[in-house]
Amino acid sequence: MRSRLPVVLVLPAIAGLAFLLVPLAGLLVKAPWASLPTQLFSAEVGQALRLSLVCASLATVVCLVLGVPLAWLLARGDLPGRGLLRALVTVPLVLPPVVGGVALLLVLGRRGVVGQHLDQWFGISLPFTTAGVVLAEAFVAMPFLVISVEGALRAADPRYEEAAATLGASRWLTFRRVTLPSVMPGVVAGTVLCWARALGEFGATITFAGNFPGRTTTMPLAVYLALETDPDAAIVLSIVLLLVSVAVLAGLRDRWIRA
Amino acid sequence: MTLHAELRVQRTGFSLSLDLTIEPGEVVALLGPNGAGKTTALRALAGLEAGGAISLNGSTWDGLPAEMRPVGVVFQDYLLFAHMSVLDNVAFGLRARGTRKAEANAIALRRLDQVGLAGFAHVKPRALSGGQAQRVALARALATSPRLLLLDEPLAALDASTRLRVRSELGRHLADYPGHTLLVTHDPLDAMVLADRLVILENGRVVQEGSPRAVVRQPRTDYVAHLVGLNFYRGVARGTEVQLDDGGTLTIAEPAEGPVHVVFPPSAVSLFPSKPTGSPRNTWQATVSGIEQHAHTTRVDLDGSPAVLADITTATVAELRLQPGDALWVSLKATEIHTYPQ
Repeated sequence: MRSRLPVVLVLPAIAGLAFLLVPLAGLLVKAPWASLPTQLFSAEVGQALRLSLVCASLATVVCLVLGVPLAWLLARGDLPGRGLLRALVTVPLVLPPVVGGVALLLVLGRRGVVGQHLDQWFGISLPFTTAGVVLAEAFVAMPFLVISVEGALRAADPRYEEAAATLGASRWLTFRRVTLPSVMPGVVAGTVLCWARALGEFGATITFAGNFPGRTTTMPLAVYLALETDPDAAIVLSIVLLLVSVAVLAGLRDRWIRA
Repeated sequence: MTLHAELRVQRTGFSLSLDLTIEPGEVVALLGPNGAGKTTALRALAGLEAGGAISLNGSTWDGLPAEMRPVGVVFQDYLLFAHMSVLDNVAFGLRARGTRKAEANAIALRRLDQVGLAGFAHVKPRALSGGQAQRVALARALATSPRLLLLDEPLAALDASTRLRVRSELGRHLADYPGHTLLVTHDPLDAMVLADRLVILENGRVVQEGSPRAVVRQPRTDYVAHLVGLNFYRGVARGTEVQLDDGGTLTIAEPAEGPVHVVFPPSAVSLFPSKPTGSPRNTWQATVSGIEQHAHTTRVDLDGSPAVLADITTATVAELRLQPGDALWVSLKATEIHTYPQ
């Protein structure tokens, strides 16, 4: 028989588990169950939820369109300094989102390096708009997608791409018909992570896009706002976000992580 | 039209320099030990690596990328696309080269039928056995009617029992293929059975070339002699005496002059506990350095002047109670020895 588990490890482990789970349980305990349905279908919650889903989904699309090719370049391109590029791509992953928001403002703001030209030439102003929300979310969430897809690409056997080449396929056709399908699990996992990260985005969004109900107030911003004026609404919004997170995790586990 | 290829690949610590000619319908086997450059040669021919210039019919493919070359490749582990059906795999090359879907599928189905797998058109490759996967890979490579067919160790991934059957099937398909075929292998049996001509590559250079029959009879390097299972020496002949380069003298039946190769089969060698008397034989003393059991014989490795391999019966092994380190007498009839000029 194995000896008993050492108390020195078991006690902090249980404390750690409680630390992670008790706040979530508290959220459920304190929930205003009676008024929940009305809260849930109130105009403010519905607006914030819709805006969140739309912005997170659009941000995910942006990440897919830009991130998958970037992952491919990092995994397959013969670039000098590829390691450095890979490290740079992951910076937004560890960067405080507020800093990301400030950086976006500096570049895309009205007086920003790029933003002033957008404003002058096209009359486009991104900060404090719904498009700004999408950009802020995409900036923060893209590394999740890139890392996931790049990992899958690097694990995929490049000889299949050579086989496709000997059959006369161009690199673009090979990418579409051979490479992409073979890394699909990685792309899906990355997309889900990316979407979940975008949905929960707070710091960069509030810095770059501000807080205008109906335009830029996404769920996390609404939670923060409601906490001061209507704590019950904050709890309801939080529970919705918690459920979405759990659903994402469950979906990932069953479909892609174990498989 | 004859296909001419000039392969020149330079890498640190390795260089490949190989000129190949392949006639239409001919199967040439590129045979060599690991690291000889066989796979590099195949990759250069396919355009997957720089340094493969090919000329055929007055046109030259040099520096042309893989997707522009009229080449079909059967890879060692087939590399069938796992997410596509067998039919889509075979049709892939046609689709990539612009054939319409319906027509590509019809051609692919015909190709599959030729290899006896039309019934598997709609399954995924993982449902296939190793032998079937190999046939699908062949059908896929041939679907675009390439001018040059390249086979990279096409039987290496199969187990011994299926190998025999798949080898003879592959031989039939290769005989039907009108283009030029290059087979890369390290298995002498595959090469002998499937190829019309052998090109033997060592360290990136051709060391011998000829029909399987000629190569088997007159090996020119230790590697080839080892492949075909012969004792092999270099020496200088004076009449019926050959002075071997690595020591020892052999008496031969047919007189010869000058530098020669000397071969004889291990089965021609007899072993005795003491010096045999009488009969005009070559006899010398040797020590057992290794014993290896084969199907019906025992191969004995002997150090001596010269060192020699001997195949003896299990009965003789028992009689002599062979142990590594034992000193024995080797005897060999002069008529068993074959010599040819270097």
